[in-house]
Amino acid sequence: MEQTQSERVVRQLRELYRRYGYLQYKMSKFEPYDLYVRNKSFLVSEDILTFTDADGRLMALKPDVTLSIVKNAKEGTGLEKVYYSENVYRTSPMTRGFREIMQTGLECVGEIDLVAMGEVLLLAAKSLEIISGNYLLDVSHLGFVAGLLDSGEAPEECRAELLKRMGEKNVAALGGLCRELGLDPEMAEDLCRLTALYGPPAGVLPQLEEMTRGERMTSALQELRAVCALVPEEHLRLDFSVVNNMDYYNGLVFQGYLPGLPSGVLAGGRYDSLLRQMGRGDGAIGFAVYMNLLERLERREETFDADILLLYDDRTPAGAVLREAEDCRRAGQSVRVERYMPEGLSFRAVRKVG
Amino acid sequence: MINVALPKGRLGEKVYQILEEAGYPCPSIREENRKLVFENLEAGVRYFWVKPSDVAIYVERAAADVGIAGKDILLEYQPEVYELLDLGVGKCRMCVAGKKDFRDRRDRTLRVATKFPKIAKSYYSAQSRDIDIIKLHGSIELAPLLELSDVIVDLVETGKTLLENQLEVKATIVPVSARLIANKVSYKFKYEEITRLCRQVDGSLKKEAAR
Repeated sequence: MEQTQSERVVRQLRELYRRYGYLQYKMSKFEPYDLYVRNKSFLVSEDILTFTDADGRLMALKPDVTLSIVKNAKEGTGLEKVYYSENVYRTSPMTRGFREIMQTGLECVGEIDLVAMGEVLLLAAKSLEIISGNYLLDVSHLGFVAGLLDSGEAPEECRAELLKRMGEKNVAALGGLCRELGLDPEMAEDLCRLTALYGPPAGVLPQLEEMTRGERMTSALQELRAVCALVPEEHLRLDFSVVNNMDYYNGLVFQGYLPGLPSGVLAGGRYDSLLRQMGRGDGAIGFAVYMNLLERLERREETFDADILLLYDDRTPAGAVLREAEDCRRAGQSVRVERYMPEGLSFRAVRKVG
Repeated sequence: MINVALPKGRLGEKVYQILEEAGYPCPSIREENRKLVFENLEAGVRYFWVKPSDVAIYVERAAADVGIAGKDILLEYQPEVYELLDLGVGKCRMCVAGKKDFRDRRDRTLRVATKFPKIAKSYYSAQSRDIDIIKLHGSIELAPLLELSDVIVDLVETGKTLLENQLEVKATIVPVSARLIANKVSYKFKYEEITRLCRQVDGSLKKEAAR
């Protein structure tokens, strides 16, 4: 039988990351609950499946791999570059049941510079390319968004609400909320414009330049421009509605999309703020690919369970049955041997031994 | 080709008319039959009728690229979609209503009957109130009359049903109208088509308003 699409992709991704010198990070299915509960809002879904181990400690089925990597990364020893391919456990909001989700991704922890950022973004692009040549990689810069909010002195407590509307690309409601909060009309206008923007860097960067005010936005734009120049532009789009949680993420954030899938398959970004919350002074950037979505891309051509069904009865010697089956397999066909026709399976050909 | 999920019923028909005027007609949709899918290759559009509360699911899961859903549905289900346009039709309010002589007392748990448990819950939890939610699927107005609940949280358009049943609006939670929503991935891969549709719909709504 052929490998499934996701098995093939995982193998290729691991090979890709290995060639960039990333080391594989393996972890157990469960970790002490403590780690996750302290950084609950970093997680995509806050529900965690817990149980007590033999010593009475509260353990969690891992909802995420990044936290464990960051916790174990040594500080001040150059960059920690690791990749992983692990199952994580999350609830789905509709059914409230837990699902096992296969995630492959990488993290780069340490002093992050332009080279590290460029490399990670490039690897994100290459990862998507492995799955489909027709991908899109959306990039945003949270420093630019935060800088714009700073310039209008938007109060901290209402930023989450503003970002939520940006995430929905709900320009009308965003404008309405800005008016309601009495925010600087000039900033409000730019915020709405920023939310509606979508397109390749060449078209969008000049528009960003017009909005830039203050040092934070200037340096963010500079960084964004520099990073975009390092990645093939054809698949790159700037989209400032990509807004991850600003308590953890800062700077570059990105998301990957494939045609035919209902949601993004890749998500990542720079999360120095998480490290700061863990008491570290350096930075980190990484991404994850959601492998469970890929089965939707699976081709439906395989309609047979095996090429040949070989039937035998009491009169055929066992040696002859196995020999004939081996002969067919040597010719490259898959063969199933049975005494009776099995129910519910289909074969390209059915025949009797001899 | 853009796939559009329309909410079955009066609102959907009104919305289709807006889309038709905006340059996305599909004459076969007006024929009396039991077909569910209608397409017009020339205009590059395919329509299908779905239950209003299901529109958001069709769009979130990319079975439809865009759809028209009431703000009530979006607030209740919180789907991962883009909300691109307020169509300004299907206007009503999400309200708390109760019997005219009902006095709200904070010393006991309020019983709330509703089709929208999430909206009701978040409204009352913002006031730090614990409530007992009674989820119903229809005839919500009956609940306070039979003492099943103290109040209801429901959509109010004209208030006529309330009036005829000796009920009244106690508070407005949020105004509601029909919104044009889009799947996040479709938006990216069909950017030109979807933004053109939005622009044309917006333009024809403004023209209508100016008339």
